[in-house]
Amino acid sequence: MTVLILLAKIFIMIGFLMTMAVLLTWVERKQSALMQDRIGANRADIFGFRMLGLFHPLADAIKLLTKEDFIPPSGDRFLHTLAPWIAFTTALAAFAVIPFGPPVHLFGREITLQVADPPIGILFVFVITGLSIYGVVLAGWASGNRYGLLGALRGAAQTISYEVSMGLSVIGLLMVFGSLSPAAISEAQGGLLFGVFPRWGILVQPIGFLIFFTAAIAETKRIPFDLPEGESEIIGFFVEYSGMKFGMMWLGEFVEIVVMSGLIAVLFFGGWQVPYLTPAGFLFPGGGSIALPEGIVLGLQIGAFLGKVVFFCWFQMLVRWTLPRFRYDQLMRLGWKVLLPLSLLNILVTGMVLLTWGA
Amino acid sequence: MKKDRISQKRLNFPERLYLAEILRGLWITGKHFFRNFLMHIGRALGVVKKRRGAVTIQYPEECRPIPAGYRARHRLLRREDGSPKCVACMMCPTICPANCIHIRAAESPDPTIEKYPVEFRINLDRCVMCGFCVEACPVDAIRMDTGVVEMSASDREEFVTVLDFLLDSKPAKNPV
Ligand code: SF4
Ligand code: SF4
Repeated sequence: MTVLILLAKIFIMIGFLMTMAVLLTWVERKQSALMQDRIGANRADIFGFRMLGLFHPLADAIKLLTKEDFIPPSGDRFLHTLAPWIAFTTALAAFAVIPFGPPVHLFGREITLQVADPPIGILFVFVITGLSIYGVVLAGWASGNRYGLLGALRGAAQTISYEVSMGLSVIGLLMVFGSLSPAAISEAQGGLLFGVFPRWGILVQPIGFLIFFTAAIAETKRIPFDLPEGESEIIGFFVEYSGMKFGMMWLGEFVEIVVMSGLIAVLFFGGWQVPYLTPAGFLFPGGGSIALPEGIVLGLQIGAFLGKVVFFCWFQMLVRWTLPRFRYDQLMRLGWKVLLPLSLLNILVTGMVLLTWGA
Repeated sequence: MKKDRISQKRLNFPERLYLAEILRGLWITGKHFFRNFLMHIGRALGVVKKRRGAVTIQYPEECRPIPAGYRARHRLLRREDGSPKCVACMMCPTICPANCIHIRAAESPDPTIEKYPVEFRINLDRCVMCGFCVEACPVDAIRMDTGVVEMSASDREEFVTVLDFLLDSKPAKNPV
């Protein structure tokens, strides 16, 4: 039974991620179009129905599946095939520890709404995103293409640099909430700050959030940090990829966006917490309260989590279509000379504040 | 000292922090996003009529208006009785910089008219749309007012317009 439940959870999770990723390819097109006063892709139609261009992901899939899968003669067949799988699965796996909602009691069992809740959950996310570098490096190396290799090197350097600041930026948060488990962190954010504000990570650790968000965009390798890819100008690590292997790299990137949004929601925006919503219903600081049945509370909480994820996907797209790309030295300077000292300072200040006033 | 022609504004400290500037940029793009988003919804619901959410012209369905005097594909005019107005004076092939008009003249059955064209071909593949032929014509027999700008074919031969086709072409309905 436990295994069945686990399998069901994995199934739902992968389904959710894939759906979101596929939808994001559509959102990317439409949102950028709206931001630039255009209309965006709307030509793919089935029997004359266009559905605002929602069939374009389908058309993409058909195109990618029927394209020739080319492996350059100077490349390594095995690694070339392996790399997109690494990139894709690591992106998917990181979502395993992110809780969708509070534990549910069903038929006398407690079901957590996440695939796994290891006590070192946050560490697991960093480990997995760390592994995703292999996808990039192997893709560049196995292509047997110098541009690909250079892109992979840029990718590796960038991912390693920003992983450091990313890891350090959440330490302050972990100190405040005293746990490494995403479920426990979500749970802890239900409290109130000064009895008024929800005790969300963004309010406790605003600097931590800024660093984390910047590093998260760098991790997803998107503008302004898209040096590893730079499709049209500086040529990235997957230049020698075609067909569905390219599709996996591409989809993996969108999955990463969803994962990062989930992570930001869990760490800094209360995860599934709705402000002032307790298991019994709303309880406002002024004294008012609305009692709600358990089912509705649960629905609201899961809805809140999904809403936060969707919002941050949207926000990352907004950033991507607003900013220009960093130059390589600017990227490194920002990572090592600004974000890293800032995150260390953040830990120091958090520690001092915690020591002085207590948690 | 000669002044540098490109003057670069030095960023002040808050600008060099980027953060506020990034937020400003996001604000601008976000404003566009929401304005266009609402506009599209408004148009779909029929609330917004005049303004549009995008500058895009959905080409095959919508076309840009073609101004009067725009040099589009040629046509030949007819007389009252339907015969071609052209007197085969060879002015237009002579002036044509692309050398793409080919005329074969014959004696006209009408005693008041000297010649008429039995063959009149314009090779649009070579035509540069300069309009000199229209200017040169002494009898106003050729014009470029059909408003047809979409000329595509799968075969080079199809670009050669012949006499009957040119005579049957209609002027554009209502040029702006
Ligand atoms: S428009 Fe110019 S190039 Fe074309 S047929 Fe007339 S004279 Fe020749
Ligand atoms: S210039 Fe006019 S009249 Fe002369 S050949 Fe050309 S179309 Fe005919």
